[in-house]
Amino acid sequence: MSEVESVESFAERSRLWLADSMPRVDPDAYIHGLGSDEAELAFVDRQRQLQRVLFDGGFAGICFPAEYGGQGLSAAHQNVFNIECVGYQMPALINVPTFVPCGAVLLEFGTEEQKQKHIPSMLKGEKLWMQFLSEPSGGSDVAGALTTAVRDGEEWLLNGSKVWTTGAWWSDMGLCLVRTNWDVPKHRGLSVFIIDIADPNIDVQRIEMLNGSREFCQEFLTDVRVPDSDRVGEVDDGWTVGRRWMFHERNAMGGGSPLVSGPGVGHGGAGSGVDPSLVITEAMGRTDDPVALDLIGESLMLRRAATELTKRVGEGMASGAVSDTSAAITRLMNGVVMARNWTIHAELAGSAAVAWESEGPLDGVGVNYLMRQSNSIAGGTVEMARNNISERVLGMPRERTLDKDVAFRDVPKGPPASR
Amino acid sequence: MEVTLSDDQEFFRETTLRFLTDKSEPDSLRSLQADAHGFDREYWRQGAELGWTSLLISEDHGGGSISGSGVVDMSIVADAFGRHAASGPLISTNVVAAAIDKTGSEAQVADNLDGFISGERIGAWCLSEPAPNDGLGAVTSSALTATADDGNYRLSGVKGPVEAGAQADVLLIVGNTDGAPTQFLVDPTTDGVTIRPLESVDMSRRFAAIEFDDVVVGSDAVLGEVGGARGAIERQLHIACMMQVAEMVGAAERVFDMTVEWAFDRYSFGRPLASYQELKHRFADMKMWLEASHALGTALASELGADSPSTAETASVAKAYCGHYLGELMQDCVQMHGGIGLTSEHDLHLYFRRVAANRATYGTAADHRRRIAAGRLEPGTESEMAA
Repeated sequence: MSEVESVESFAERSRLWLADSMPRVDPDAYIHGLGSDEAELAFVDRQRQLQRVLFDGGFAGICFPAEYGGQGLSAAHQNVFNIECVGYQMPALINVPTFVPCGAVLLEFGTEEQKQKHIPSMLKGEKLWMQFLSEPSGGSDVAGALTTAVRDGEEWLLNGSKVWTTGAWWSDMGLCLVRTNWDVPKHRGLSVFIIDIADPNIDVQRIEMLNGSREFCQEFLTDVRVPDSDRVGEVDDGWTVGRRWMFHERNAMGGGSPLVSGPGVGHGGAGSGVDPSLVITEAMGRTDDPVALDLIGESLMLRRAATELTKRVGEGMASGAVSDTSAAITRLMNGVVMARNWTIHAELAGSAAVAWESEGPLDGVGVNYLMRQSNSIAGGTVEMARNNISERVLGMPRERTLDKDVAFRDVPKGPPASR
Repeated sequence: MEVTLSDDQEFFRETTLRFLTDKSEPDSLRSLQADAHGFDREYWRQGAELGWTSLLISEDHGGGSISGSGVVDMSIVADAFGRHAASGPLISTNVVAAAIDKTGSEAQVADNLDGFISGERIGAWCLSEPAPNDGLGAVTSSALTATADDGNYRLSGVKGPVEAGAQADVLLIVGNTDGAPTQFLVDPTTDGVTIRPLESVDMSRRFAAIEFDDVVVGSDAVLGEVGGARGAIERQLHIACMMQVAEMVGAAERVFDMTVEWAFDRYSFGRPLASYQELKHRFADMKMWLEASHALGTALASELGADSPSTAETASVAKAYCGHYLGELMQDCVQMHGGIGLTSEHDLHLYFRRVAANRATYGTAADHRRRIAAGRLEPGTESEMAA
């Protein structure tokens, strides 16, 4: 085995290669999720191409093992790459959820065959993955999944519905948590499968969000046949996989996963460029207003605090100084910081957050305010993060539940969800 | 939790904490509340032997660091100080020591630094001024005028609150020379200097208002260049903020741990407080504030130690964040305790006081938020904007 390249040398090599190979960020570029379907598909296609360029250049999957097409390097290498690639177009869309959590889960629980088959095609940008996790019956109580898989020889038959899958309509593969046993307590009757979204028995429906985004989907699975070789982890032991799956998701949401590559990773949500609070203040002509200065200062302060917190928790988890459950702290921080910052932006914009010229620096501020809670909900709510911090980091008593030690079919359930 | 200390630093931290556990326990802190000076000189000399006053002084001047970064080492001492609400003029003496080390004349170095290092001598930095020119306004628009007069300077104006102002052996004064800042080193016994001790929230830290009534000092009292102290004042402010933040984090972590323990031990309606989701969620928020504060303190010490150009913004970010959120954390910890948390008998207030003292000296959270904004809107003008 050859010696591992030093971080400094890798940074230098990344810098030269990026300048040579990757396109610079285009300020007028299309914003993911907010255009026509054609524009969205072109954007996704572009993401695949960018990922392929990274792969061919030897910069895809920096922390993925070399035997599956990655670079087999350390988190420190990934960190310097994240700094070097600021200002270049990067395929952010593929990193989450394809690499994390889906790729991360396969690395941890997949069979050798599954890893050989799927990880390289992820890293090449050929296959985009989605998480089939939440269900219409409940978002945070993921282990309460109702979608069911029934064994049929060497195959399984899947029936049910999944929701909040970002971009399932243009994705290829999915990781799907289902119930395989209704006669045991809820956490002990789950299993995880790899599914092919192109399967005609999977009906993908789009959901329109209040800001016009149609990136989220709901899927209806009707007698979907999946070979047993596409099962990840043991039968009925899917919660072991699911817990790590959600850890990886939280870690990616908090910006702490070394399997995620790109600028702004670990920077509290935003990448390079002038902070929106400054842009809005200048557009509103409020740069001499002490109230505006106070709000700008708060906004920049919160972003920086989120960045430094992510760094600290990431280093602590990498060195083993703190347990992986601490990812909930960064997840909470990113949720509350984004909510506050989008409020600050609206505050700075005043009535221009209600009515504005269609093209200009104030475009979108008001709608972002309406969407403020999105980052406090997606990827596990901040309330779940607070439960996790108090219970798993501080060791406080767990919330009492009525679904322990009772067969899942006997657990009280509400009326079937309409969606 | 400490994530990134070296073995040497860990040893230094343990030595400091052990000394303070012995010397700065709650009973002795309580006895200091009535003490006019707030600390014992012999205790201070012993602390100085441990390195408390030499870390920001270069080796050429007899100082030195543990790890190669005196600033990071100093943040370790300050964290331990907060954890024990320790007495002694830690911030004021070290800020003055660092200032003299950086730009002092040979005579100024000789007159002061050995005394600081041995713990014999105490310094006080006179930056803030009473309202309406308070807070950080004094950085560039000091109302304390220093007028050149035949080779001497005449100082007139009021400074305060000045930490350790009535205890110091030397005062470092920020004055206004024709609209530009100059720093002077002045003996507090000089004619025309009147020092009035102030009441304060801290158990052991003392503050004073100092009046300068046409005080005449020679040109040898000028530290650095006449009218050219802006950069030095900024750096001193960054050091003060770094130490304040580290102290606040230490104090807050102590109280947070104490309060978590209380939540497990205290039962109401047959359940521990720690089992109520409403309270658990508030503990989760507090944990987030605490870890983010700690992370910002680490970033600030590291940038300041490396003389990074982003230090000014980071200092204000750290001070603004910790000043606001650690204050809230302390108040929430009082709330979790209920009435007992507001009594003298309980130890909580010993540490709460230190956070309360630090959050609003050397700039409030609001002062620092405005500095952050000003630095981005017009780089280099942080100090003017704060006026």
